[in-house]
Amino acid sequence: MNIHEYQARELFEKFGVATSKGRVASTAGEASAIAGGLRPGKIAVKAQIHAGGRGKGTFKNGYKGGVHLCATAEEAGEVAGKMLGQTLVTHQTGPDGKLVSKVLVAEAVDISRELYFAILLDRATAAPMIIASTEGGMDIEAVAEKSPEKILREPIHPLLGIQPYQTRKVAKALGLTGPLMNQATKLFTAMYRLFMERDCSLIEVNPLVVTPEGQLLALDAKFNFDDNALYRQADVVAMRDKSEEDPREVAASEFSLNYIGLDGNIACLVNGAGLAMATMDIIQYAGGKPANFLDVGGGASKEQVAAAFKIILSDPHVQGILVNIFGGIMDCNVIATGIVAAARETGLGLPLVVRLEGNNVAAGKQTLAESGLTIISASDLADAAHKVVAAIGKAA
Amino acid sequence: MAILVTPQTRVLVQGITGSFGARHAQLSLEYGSQIVAGVTPGKGGQVFEHGSHKVPIFDTVADAVRETGATASAVFVPPPFAADAILEGVDAGLALVVAITEGIPVNDMVKVKHAMKGSQTRLIGPNCPGVVTPGEGEKSHGGCRIGIAPGYIHKRGNVGVVSRSGTLTYEAVFQLTSRGYGQSTCVGIGGDPVNGTSHLDVIKMFNDDPETTAIIMIGEIGGSAEEEAAAWVKEHCRKPVAGFIAGATAPPGRRMGHAGAIVSGGKGTAAGKIDALRAAGIAIAETPSVMAETLIRHWKGA
Repeated sequence: MNIHEYQARELFEKFGVATSKGRVASTAGEASAIAGGLRPGKIAVKAQIHAGGRGKGTFKNGYKGGVHLCATAEEAGEVAGKMLGQTLVTHQTGPDGKLVSKVLVAEAVDISRELYFAILLDRATAAPMIIASTEGGMDIEAVAEKSPEKILREPIHPLLGIQPYQTRKVAKALGLTGPLMNQATKLFTAMYRLFMERDCSLIEVNPLVVTPEGQLLALDAKFNFDDNALYRQADVVAMRDKSEEDPREVAASEFSLNYIGLDGNIACLVNGAGLAMATMDIIQYAGGKPANFLDVGGGASKEQVAAAFKIILSDPHVQGILVNIFGGIMDCNVIATGIVAAARETGLGLPLVVRLEGNNVAAGKQTLAESGLTIISASDLADAAHKVVAAIGKAA
Repeated sequence: MAILVTPQTRVLVQGITGSFGARHAQLSLEYGSQIVAGVTPGKGGQVFEHGSHKVPIFDTVADAVRETGATASAVFVPPPFAADAILEGVDAGLALVVAITEGIPVNDMVKVKHAMKGSQTRLIGPNCPGVVTPGEGEKSHGGCRIGIAPGYIHKRGNVGVVSRSGTLTYEAVFQLTSRGYGQSTCVGIGGDPVNGTSHLDVIKMFNDDPETTAIIMIGEIGGSAEEEAAAWVKEHCRKPVAGFIAGATAPPGRRMGHAGAIVSGGKGTAAGKIDALRAAGIAIAETPSVMAETLIRHWKGA
């Protein structure tokens, strides 16, 4: 789950992480009122969408740039009026662009130094870890490769939490000395508390800056949250913006299905995440391209299978379907019944290859055979992949 | 010998009165496993009945251990309470805790992992299918099944299987059994980013187990556990190993069903893992259809 820039800043404010002054606006009037409370001169108005490249983007109405600097509150209101309700296209949004319904109005700060600071869950040590570097504004992967000595990794003991000496160690490594060291200690401690209390798996501050006035500010950040913890994070769930997500993924999540859209033409429906990934791989190995990842889980119902079917068929690029079920405990006949119901309901005209194995497989195969539908049955996974690729070749 | 559990292992089920736990306790009893106790706080004194089996239910794991001599546990407790259930099993001195529960917050597992340091308990999972040591009976009846794997597809034998994915484990086991090759023990270590036991831990156990003569290791994108196991295999493993890595076509930055299956910052890719396995002399199955075949060819040199 991703969040907007203004939401990241709201989290900063809630946890006492220093950031620049500003607020979110939904109308031009609100934008100009917020700007009126800020120091005049340099006021940034920023379109709030999840995609990057906003500054260089173009609105569909021809207005250029999703980020503008304004001198006055009046100008900020005018700029906001041109962005709100319009669709912004950037190199990351695709040609359809994204509708802008909110703008961030904030003081543009002067920057004397740009730093890199992140907290993430490190799998190797099974603990949170701070990653910090003096090389802010650069691609951190490139820094790690070229000059690994410029990156500090500080693991944090999860049962102790962050210790003051650790914040000083990181501050020192970033060259934050004198009065900046106290600010840094406060900011890093607040950020760690935010990381733990909101069940984050990543906070990557971008950028963390020192201003000419000697202030340390976190201006924006990329957040990743642990999906498993959302049941206890109502605040985080409330920040979800479904209009920014693939509608098929939203529909799938409503049926507790795991779906991820890809750009191929062979849809797959599989039980189990590992087997679902392996099914995508074998489609590619057989010369095809998978259209999606879809795991219906270990205990899928007839309704879930039917819903899954409709979701994969809503992708206009799909030309063939591969169902791969290894029903160890799951009843193969339940899956078969779900497939038949969904295929009838949707008037399926695409080639459908089914590989069923496991519990009650004979009854499942019988249900498919007696359905009157044209279903190509496969003996194993490799056979299924070859058959679906061949079927698409014939249809094309 | 097998590893972790034998057909004699006495098993308790935490969360035996929930629908998921109850269903799989029944299937384990039908498989002939020694399910000797259930634990549900507040339901101590009740009895879990299935056919002719009568399994006593206790309020605490400690009570169950004292009264029944159970040494291993299957955790079916829902995510918000699962970390606590694991720690209760550790506190009661169990040798093995197998956490089946899917969806435990990562921060909870981080704390469990650190709290368990120095304890004598081994944790398998979470978010895993569990452990099976097949029995000698028909369709491997009489084995020890802790978790949710289908028992009947197994066969007693000499191949050790370790995997992050449940369904891919079943796929490998089914392929082996269909070709007449049985398994010593099959271990699902789970798909979460922080788990109790790694590929490497299990491969070391297989290497030391006289009954295991060959190993299938199934991995997937994300993290570096497969690479670490491969490095050890290269230096120390005396037994033939075949491997499969899922997720070659997964887009970067997306979580592929398993919380741990994500390629981030160019790390944890399938290609990188396959290279590491190959460099360690592990035979790579190009597709999940040929996992057993690849092992047999590598093992028998045919």
